[in-house]
Amino acid sequence: MRRCLFAGAVYAVLTMGVSAGEVSPTEVKYEDGAIAQSLTGTSGDPAAGREIVGDKSLGNCVACHAVTDLADVPFHGEIGPMLDGAGDRWTEAELRGIIANAKIMFEDSMMPSFYKTEGFIRPGNAYTGEAADDSFGPLLTAQQIEDVVAYLVTLKE
Amino acid sequence: MTFTRKALCGVAALAMSTGAGFAEPVDDTLVLNEEQTLVTRTTAPAHLEGVLSEIISGWHFRGTETRAMQTDDFDNPGMIFVEQAEEVWNTADGTEGKSCASCHEGSETMAGVRPVYPKWNEAAGEVRTLEMQINDCRENQMGAEPWKYTGGDMVNMTALISSVSRGMPVNVAIDGPAQSTWEKGKELYYTRTGQLELSCSNCHEDNYGNMIRADHLSQGQINGFPVYRLKNTRLNSAHDRFKGCIRDTRAETYAPGSDAFVALELYVASRGNGLSVEGPSVRN
Ligand code: HEC
Ligand code: HEC
Repeated sequence: MRRCLFAGAVYAVLTMGVSAGEVSPTEVKYEDGAIAQSLTGTSGDPAAGREIVGDKSLGNCVACHAVTDLADVPFHGEIGPMLDGAGDRWTEAELRGIIANAKIMFEDSMMPSFYKTEGFIRPGNAYTGEAADDSFGPLLTAQQIEDVVAYLVTLKE
Repeated sequence: MTFTRKALCGVAALAMSTGAGFAEPVDDTLVLNEEQTLVTRTTAPAHLEGVLSEIISGWHFRGTETRAMQTDDFDNPGMIFVEQAEEVWNTADGTEGKSCASCHEGSETMAGVRPVYPKWNEAAGEVRTLEMQINDCRENQMGAEPWKYTGGDMVNMTALISSVSRGMPVNVAIDGPAQSTWEKGKELYYTRTGQLELSCSNCHEDNYGNMIRADHLSQGQINGFPVYRLKNTRLNSAHDRFKGCIRDTRAETYAPGSDAFVALELYVASRGNGLSVEGPSVRN
């Protein structure tokens, strides 16, 4: 659906709040755009990460990035660089930082911040066009970020 | 590890060239009804200096069949709504018992109107869109109820008024009393809204020609509005499109007809100064 580019990103998990041991979006420590520490302490699942990167209702990363490994998912965008070899170009800590808030690594990047909850102009309630309400949370959960990192690390040339 | 923006752009360019290969705007000429050649690419207006060198109609970013539908009035589904509006043009409504034709004669007298709207109205002391002017006529000349801003009657009437100006260059004034509104629209255009923090310029200035998922990004010009969309099989106003695009940034949108959208319309229209009026155009 054209009008809903990123439509349907799921919020269900967010209403449950941050579970114990998780680093909340406002507590994340960036160093040169990277995040050294895992956000959950539980290692990510690359298979789940692969799903999140390709799924329109989850990360929808392919809206902007092409990934050869995800050739089974139709329509990859060309806004950002191809993600092939991302695991060679970046460390795990850098990848975590880029996904959580790419604007720290890349000034003014067009890439959305997937683990951020503050500083938005007219934040909405998902894709309704209405104002955000109490259910507002980051685009991906801490564990989903870890899953995506675990997947990207496997992308070697 | 520091990657320069340039290096990353290089990677992106590489990805593009290995991509699907239909990312560039199509090289084609829009000839209407086999007789009138429309200007769909031209030099950008002076106020875009340093930003864009060429302005390109959204027509160039659509598929072969969609483009073809717009070249012939019999194939353009938007023209059915123009015919409906022609009937309304001639039908009296309201307490004064007048129709549009009572004051304006034939709808062809509207040629030249669409290209200069939104436009400063001295008596009202405001920048008016075509919709606002139409409702002003309805309320104050006809004694009729105003139409809903993006409703069927309204969008059909704007299609009729656009259709008689097809081929004329968009030419909205951005100076004088309209300037402050224009500035406000410009600010909105570059504001990164919503949870995705995207501005109009992120998609339509920095990335036109690129695919965003399955969509081929155009410059987001409004010279073709109202637009008949194959997706919802009706005419769509510019404010409806603005609303959809802002909603897609996961933002709280503005209302059609709001001051914010009137300003944005003036600014976006001015980015198309020089392109032919195309409405009603056909898009997917
Ligand atoms: C709206 C567009 C957009 C979306 C959505 C997006 N990105 Fe990006 N991404 C970019 C851009 C643009 C860059 C280039 C950095 C810059 O801004 O200069 C980038 C850079 C990157 C990089 C570093 C570049 C490299 O060397 O590979 C990685 C890794 C990355 N993105 C991963 C992701 C992942 C994972 C997701 C989804 C969870 C995602 N991106 C979603 C636009 C996007
Ligand atoms: C996330 C990306 C994105 C953002 C941000 C965005 N748009 Fe769009 N817009 C699209 C897509 C995709 C389309 C459909 C393809 C096309 O025509 O570019 C579109 C279409 C349009 C069109 C229709 C063009 C035509 O020829 O039919 C207009 C006008 C437009 N956008 C204006 C805007 C304005 C004004 C803003 C900011 C308020 C904006 N857009 C923000 C993605 C975006």
